[in-house]
Amino acid sequence: MKQLLIKGGRVIDPARSYDQTADVLITDGIVEKVEPALKTPTGAEEIDAAGLVVTPGLIDIHVHLRDPGQEYKEDIPSGARAAAAGGFTAVAVMANTDPVGDDPSMIGYVRRKASGAAARVYPIGALTRGLEGREMAELGRMKLAGAAAFSDDGRPVKSGMMMRNALHYASGIGTVVIAHEEDPYLSAGGMMHEGTVSSVLGLRGIPSAAEEAMISRDLLILKITGGRLHIAHVSSAGSVEMLRRAKAEGLNVTAEVTPHHLLLTDRLVKNSGYNTNTKVNPPLRTENDRQALWSGLLDGTIDAIASDHAPHHPDDKDVEYDFAPCGIAGLETTLPLLLDELSSGRVKDFFLPLLVEKLTSAPARILDLPGGTLEAGSPGDVTIIDLDREFIIDPEKWYSKSRNTPFAGKHLKGAPVYTIVGGEITMKEGVVAEREFQG
Amino acid sequence: MQTLRRKDILGLEEISAEEITLILETSRSMREIMQRKIKKVPTLRGRSVLNLFYEPSTRTKASFELAQKYMSSDSVSVAGSSSSLIKGETLKDTVRNVEIMGIECVIMRHPVSGSSHYLARNVEASVINAGDGMHEHPTQGLLDMFTIWEKKGRLEELKVTIVGDIRHSRVARSNLWGLQKMGSEVVVSGPPTLMPPDLDVFGVKYYTDLEEAVEGADVVMALRLQQERQESGLFPSMREYAELYGITPQKMARAKEDALVMHPGPMNRGIEISSELADGPRSVVLEQAASGVAVRMALLYLLLGGTKEQ
Repeated sequence: MKQLLIKGGRVIDPARSYDQTADVLITDGIVEKVEPALKTPTGAEEIDAAGLVVTPGLIDIHVHLRDPGQEYKEDIPSGARAAAAGGFTAVAVMANTDPVGDDPSMIGYVRRKASGAAARVYPIGALTRGLEGREMAELGRMKLAGAAAFSDDGRPVKSGMMMRNALHYASGIGTVVIAHEEDPYLSAGGMMHEGTVSSVLGLRGIPSAAEEAMISRDLLILKITGGRLHIAHVSSAGSVEMLRRAKAEGLNVTAEVTPHHLLLTDRLVKNSGYNTNTKVNPPLRTENDRQALWSGLLDGTIDAIASDHAPHHPDDKDVEYDFAPCGIAGLETTLPLLLDELSSGRVKDFFLPLLVEKLTSAPARILDLPGGTLEAGSPGDVTIIDLDREFIIDPEKWYSKSRNTPFAGKHLKGAPVYTIVGGEITMKEGVVAEREFQG
Repeated sequence: MQTLRRKDILGLEEISAEEITLILETSRSMREIMQRKIKKVPTLRGRSVLNLFYEPSTRTKASFELAQKYMSSDSVSVAGSSSSLIKGETLKDTVRNVEIMGIECVIMRHPVSGSSHYLARNVEASVINAGDGMHEHPTQGLLDMFTIWEKKGRLEELKVTIVGDIRHSRVARSNLWGLQKMGSEVVVSGPPTLMPPDLDVFGVKYYTDLEEAVEGADVVMALRLQQERQESGLFPSMREYAELYGITPQKMARAKEDALVMHPGPMNRGIEISSELADGPRSVVLEQAASGVAVRMALLYLLLGGTKEQ
């Protein structure tokens, strides 16, 4: 019997509205109990968490690990190590790999390669074959092979009929569809948010309407199909408003937001002198949008925070703006950035339990994943956070193979200090253990 | 004489009115050199310049090369291929390899907005933006202002009407910033689909009606219309454009009688400008080309002018 006791931390378990000083006992990879002042069992490993925050293991439901096909940017082991370094115990990975993750053997590939990795890796299957938006992929067979959800993320589903059929069919197998909402005609050629900044910089714009038009379409479709729709990386104020109304009407829709859309605006493209690390899709939008995303997050319109970890090799980004690929790598910065925002007090009514919920119980609920709570019998996945830890974002020290972040050099307060998966320490004080994990 | 206290000329948005004045005044001295029988001064002897053109150019390239010759600098011109699809040498590698050979200033034209910023960050040499995507073409803006300044004797309190594809035009952006900094009033006209989104950010007035836009104008500038804009559905046909937004003597009726007619070239005669206007007495199209050499001599002088040796 292998036991781990995490002693004396402030335990926050949003799924049970639990927030008090307590000990967490993990036995053979499963949470046995969470109670104040537990006696250390004989032979148990012990972590002194006094003064620290103990939460369910963080779950990132929107991650690109580029494996197979672009392992020079990231692979499943390096991505899992980056997750552990960033305090995540589980990630769900998108299917826009090469080949595309659109059949059961590809789902099996991801699962096999992830065994022993530093984080749990849940494959998301493609919604349509080859992400081409023409024929439905074998959702049912992929689900049996272990797919956690379905999405053509990276590409929008152009045809309304395709989306209708996919949502309808997926409702029959009880799996959520994740939508990357973008009208490709409205966004064609776009490099950044369309507005005053794009006009001044002479960069082609992606109007908010490109996202809003598709969200609007899919919410209307959801009304006829039923099923469950999750909106990836919401970026505009108009989108938040539509989602708020849809939820009020009782539609079965959820949504996520990324840290970069919560923290940055299109002005950074200018202020950074066209730094390609600001190039991301959906694009960084305006201060008005950013504020709306926060209010959506705080009032529950936006359910979860996800990184949209999109790693690229430094060479890919070290080019002229138009030629750089979109994407920001976020696994190792998401939690510290949000902890810093919390400690700064810049956002009114933003408190730690809410942040923990958006990174644990909410993502687990959206993808119907195990974990996201410390309830007895749950996986022994835990993240331990030091709210006072000072931290400078230095991509050169990342576990990810990528370096693409617009936050490099940023001084932050608050960081994960332990990541624990199935009762095993995957990360301690920023150092990821170099070994095979049981999970 | 003073020099510019900056490494690069990337755009007129970030250049002050004082700096523009210095450049215009210096250009006037250079213009005088150009009018001499022997158009050569030793000012930049021993200094090396790279002309790097990733897009075709006649006027700008010839103008920079002549400016360099008149100033006695050594220069080399390279036509690059910027295709992102062909995995060739990166821009950074190309320029660093030439820089190590002794280049102190890089003149670059490139189809991607912001590429001159990117270059400037990555090399020690001075960078002069000779047009980057749809962003800016600062030397064109300066030569346009110089032309107006020479003809009108001032830039303040002039009304300048710019007509055409503002949205995709780096020339327009540089002129909008520069002219307004120097006290001109700038108005624009053209179809709404060829205006940049949130045009207000430039602080200019927009008229859909061309004749209203040229009302009382001291200068009317037509921009080149690219055929590809019609192909991408921004307006129905070239002939409709010509009819609605091409400048002609009739459409100039409400402008001031001595209004200057300008065009950055190359012109589509009969589309954005009628030949009658382009070749008429009010046209300063050829003066613009001449001003280009003077302004570029001035910039080379002000950026390289002896400062590095001292």
